[in-house]
Amino acid sequence: MSERVNFHFEIDGENFTSAGEASVRIKKHLRDMGFSPDTIRRVSVAMYEGEINMVIHANGGSADVDVYVDRIEITLADKGPGISNIELAMQEGYSTAPDNIRSLGFGAGMGLPNMKRYTDNMKIESEVGKGTTIYMTVNV
Amino acid sequence: MTVKELASALDCKIACMPDESREITGGYAGDLLSWVMGRASSGDAWVTIMSNINIVAVASLADTACIILSEGVIPDDGVVEKATEVGVNILMSQLDTYALCASIFKLI
Ligand SMILES: Nc1ncnc2c1ncn2[C@@H]1O[C@H](COP(=O)(O)OP(=O)(O)O)[C@@H](O)[C@H]1O
Ligand SMILES: [Mg+2]
Repeated sequence: MSERVNFHFEIDGENFTSAGEASVRIKKHLRDMGFSPDTIRRVSVAMYEGEINMVIHANGGSADVDVYVDRIEITLADKGPGISNIELAMQEGYSTAPDNIRSLGFGAGMGLPNMKRYTDNMKIESEVGKGTTIYMTVNV
Repeated sequence: MTVKELASALDCKIACMPDESREITGGYAGDLLSWVMGRASSGDAWVTIMSNINIVAVASLADTACIILSEGVIPDDGVVEKATEVGVNILMSQLDTYALCASIFKLI
């Protein structure tokens, strides 16, 4: 018996102006569903970082948020270049973002570390040349 | 102190204030969005010189009480519309970031 509500988003890799919109929508949904501000913040921050990464580094992808009674699962999947050294990518401050992206305030190299910090569980599956899928769970 | 009260105490210009009675409980300054996302607290007045559209999502998701653009920075096109739509307050100050933060610190 597992009640589940799914929210699915396609993340546009071209559009910097709408980057983060899926996360803002999820925040609203979770608030309507009565989750605590802390849970909502953790889910939406982790998802935002993942969403931005797909826009900056992978030319877009998809995001799925599965809401259960006791947890929220976030799955981010892209067909981008993949991450060759995940351990390195996870380090605070490591970033391959180009200068034009940095000038917008991105590329601090804090995205993946934030995702880890704000969730209870995070798993990265990535293959160079094929893409990246990130699974995150926030326990309620 | 509410955002509206802070705006008047600091003599800020108002870009948009869709949630004027929001209570300010702290402050954070920074221009790197992931730092702000990870470190700012809910209810903070967020001081930045970043003026692009992405600050709206960051403020909304980090649940800050308002954005205050320092150093006379004004928001890019489309930012005010988006912020109004999602309920994010944006103020503007002529003060530099240091002076602005010091003033906020004294007020709250
Ligand atoms: N979805 C992705 N596809 C390919 N590379 C990625 C992806 N997400 C992250 N990376 C790589 O990991 C690095 C660190 O990511 P992150 O911590 O979010 O920092 P930032 O996005 O600020 O560069 C990125 O600079 C990039 O090289
Ligand atoms: Mg990132």
